[in-house]
Amino acid sequence: MQRTLTVIHALGLLLVVFSAAYLLPVITAVIYADYAILLDFLVAMVWTLAIGFLMWLLTRRSKGELSIRHGYLLVVAMWTAMPMFATLPLLLAIPDLSFTDAYFETMSGLTTTGATVLTGLDSLPPAINVWRHELNWVGGLGIIVLAVAVLPLLGVGGRQLFKAETPGPMKDTALTPRIAETARNLWVVYVAITMVCIGALKWAGMDWLDAVCHGFSAMGLGGFSTHDASIGYFNSPLIEFVMIVFMLFAVVNFATHFLAWRGKSLGVYLRDAEAVASLSLILASCLGIALFLWWQGTYTGFWAALRHASFNLVSIATSSGYASVDYAQWPIFAPLWMMFLTAIAASSGSTGGGIKMIRTLVLFKQAGREFVKLLHPAAVNPMKIGGHVVPNNIVFAVLGFIFLYFMTIVTLTFVLLISGMDFITAFTAVLASINNCGPGLGQVGPASNYQGLTNFQTWVCTFGMLVGRLEIFTVLILFTPHFWRR
Amino acid sequence: MKILILGAGQVGSTVAESLVSEANDITVVDSDGDKLRLLQDRLDLRTLTGNAAHPSVLEQAGIADADMLLAVTQSDEVNLVACKLAATLYNTPTRIARIRATDYLERPEVFSADNFCVDFSICPEQILTEYIVKLIEFPEALQVQRFSQGKASLVAVRAFEGGPLVGKPLSFLRSHMPQVETRVAAIFRKDGPLIPEGSTVIEDGDEIFFIAATGNIRSVLNEMRRMDKPTKRVMIVGGGNIGRRLAKTLENDYQVKLIEHNKKSCERLAGELANTLVLNGDGTDEKLMQQEHVDEIDVFCALTNDDENNIMSALLAKQGGARKVIALINRSAYVDLLQGGKIDIALSPAQVTIGSLLAYVRQGDVVAVHSLRRGAAEALELVAHGDRQSSRVVGRRIDEIDLPKGATIGALVRGDQVIMGHHDTLIEAEDHVIVFVIDKRTVKKVEKLFQVSLGFF
Repeated sequence: MQRTLTVIHALGLLLVVFSAAYLLPVITAVIYADYAILLDFLVAMVWTLAIGFLMWLLTRRSKGELSIRHGYLLVVAMWTAMPMFATLPLLLAIPDLSFTDAYFETMSGLTTTGATVLTGLDSLPPAINVWRHELNWVGGLGIIVLAVAVLPLLGVGGRQLFKAETPGPMKDTALTPRIAETARNLWVVYVAITMVCIGALKWAGMDWLDAVCHGFSAMGLGGFSTHDASIGYFNSPLIEFVMIVFMLFAVVNFATHFLAWRGKSLGVYLRDAEAVASLSLILASCLGIALFLWWQGTYTGFWAALRHASFNLVSIATSSGYASVDYAQWPIFAPLWMMFLTAIAASSGSTGGGIKMIRTLVLFKQAGREFVKLLHPAAVNPMKIGGHVVPNNIVFAVLGFIFLYFMTIVTLTFVLLISGMDFITAFTAVLASINNCGPGLGQVGPASNYQGLTNFQTWVCTFGMLVGRLEIFTVLILFTPHFWRR
Repeated sequence: MKILILGAGQVGSTVAESLVSEANDITVVDSDGDKLRLLQDRLDLRTLTGNAAHPSVLEQAGIADADMLLAVTQSDEVNLVACKLAATLYNTPTRIARIRATDYLERPEVFSADNFCVDFSICPEQILTEYIVKLIEFPEALQVQRFSQGKASLVAVRAFEGGPLVGKPLSFLRSHMPQVETRVAAIFRKDGPLIPEGSTVIEDGDEIFFIAATGNIRSVLNEMRRMDKPTKRVMIVGGGNIGRRLAKTLENDYQVKLIEHNKKSCERLAGELANTLVLNGDGTDEKLMQQEHVDEIDVFCALTNDDENNIMSALLAKQGGARKVIALINRSAYVDLLQGGKIDIALSPAQVTIGSLLAYVRQGDVVAVHSLRRGAAEALELVAHGDRQSSRVVGRRIDEIDLPKGATIGALVRGDQVIMGHHDTLIEAEDHVIVFVIDKRTVKKVEKLFQVSLGFF
């Protein structure tokens, strides 16, 4: 009980930090002189701040170090509570929105999924749109990473939390001796690139509101848009190109960006085997799909095919989820290949979802090792990625992760099938949720959204997003008997 | 000369042994008193037990009036510190250190006068590795020694029936290959040396030493024996310092398999080596060898630090069908026993590595010294200085030079040019002269010959 109070204490503090996020929509509301919305956001901010502060105050006697077990509990609790508080302004501002849908929307925002249940995005108040996109952005690198960065928060436990929230199998690459310093550096890099992205989008022809919103969601690889037609609304090759560049930026480990920036050298990217693999896979796929669409006659010119294939493929593969055309109408190979890429293409430590490229590399190399082992029983053949040896325990952890990942997909797909969904919709909705991608195919394809789902189905997808963002173990560990056994 | 040697390990004791015979005052320091006692029993030198990096120990060993410090202990750090102390506290004129870690070797500024004051660093493992790499590159050769940064090479090869030159006089070589310049420096037949002349007929089984520009080695080898297929597969036993370096050097050009018995070392090696297949097992396990197709191996190298193991695994590999087997053997008695038997090449690390050290220790302008035939013969690279008045070499034709018996001038390196030594070749100042000496006792005379008389200064 004592420990649980410690978790609540820390959670309160995190909520106080999170309440600062309301400032941006508040400022937007002031700029657009939309005082009804301003009030909604102020109310939400005060509530979050007050509850967080109370939680912190009432449990201040229990301040202490978090154990590993309670670190997981805190991360999951935070990731459940954050979307809950984030729904407040949506519920206040959009009268006929149900809590289920609002929670889906904010969870989708924070987990950078980018799936939406709202239509008429173009007519939403600017502050609401900024809020949605800010959730994308904050969720991208992680609110707890941010908290570790700005507060000497949880002492030694900070590293544990950092690990629980950051995606990827190998998290011990300490960029700086202190974890708070590391977290701060990552956020500085993140903020800097986002600024550049916003500037570039403005230059490419967006207005300031769109540029800020899309800058946020592109860097978070979220995929929210201020338009129902997503990026298709702009119909501008230049904007699409800028978006592609920054999505590819965000799909690389931010630690690599940091090292490149600190060392002032681009060679760092070449030495990051994961970045090289994921970028080459994505770029090769762009070319391949463009040729395929051209050959199939979906587009008459190669350049048109390349433009649409590149944008939509990069968007889906990086797990953003923008669309510029209804790619569900393409021959089925293309969209399914894109869904496949979304599962594997993102780098660990990036803002993307899925099983991450590094795990894919580990699996590939493990298969290769088995072949060598069959031919040379005496061979000592450690797994090496980018010249570094990957210890066996990480290989096993990856195998375990992949198993859980597929089991989760299969289970959730069955659950959706039971609820009466058709197979393609159910399967791709689960994939899109777990990989934090956004649009699926069928009923949840790029031309429509998740509005048509029943409440139950919406909750299943919401759960999928949470499990995917926190990389399964962190969430499912709470459901194991070992976790609760003293 | 007063020489202080730190470390009585393999390198230290071999150096001591070869320097004692050249009449120097030698003191050896080591922390292991037993090793020193063994050394003192055999050789006429002084020993001292203690930490070689401590000033008091160095003082006791007489560093104050030593002419040269040879720091060859197991530890790079001790060697570096000793050199630094010798330079700053005692002004020792020449300081030589054995440095193994590539980390240091990659940063030459570590050895500069501002830092550790090392005049010359040697890495026996590296020298040995380069030596073996040459043998793998030219699998027919018994020995390949490089002169003048590799411009010219001295190669030993056993003549075999089937080579175009075998059964023919040496003069045939020139008419058969007019475009390739080479010179046969010596022929050893049934262990007796022959001074080669134009009329000497090469017989099956002769061990022939020839000098050629490095690019021409292959075509000359071709004359002496039928060429084997070029080396493709290499198997190494022993992942120690030498095995690891060798695998690293070879792994991108050949298929390399490395057998190491220590599981922990295997894992470390496999992490470090990118393209080498690291096998955990015993180098004398014939089942493992069969499993890894030793019969298809072109060059097999047994490089553990255990002589007996190396011999046994080399024999097993030869038995199993490996084309050429090389065994690293420290004990010189074993080397003599095995050379020319089933084991193609018995490598004595001391003989291979000592040359570069000796070049520094010796007087005059000796650039390189290579021991040949287990130290019985020597090949020297000397620089000729001065003019016709001050030097007994410069400005003279080769047949005018008063070379001692058994010594031949094999070749000259003038700038980038390699010139074969014919009787009418004129030697110019600053030429690098490669001299082949059949009898080691005449080395001193050769060195003296190249010294400039006082009039030069």
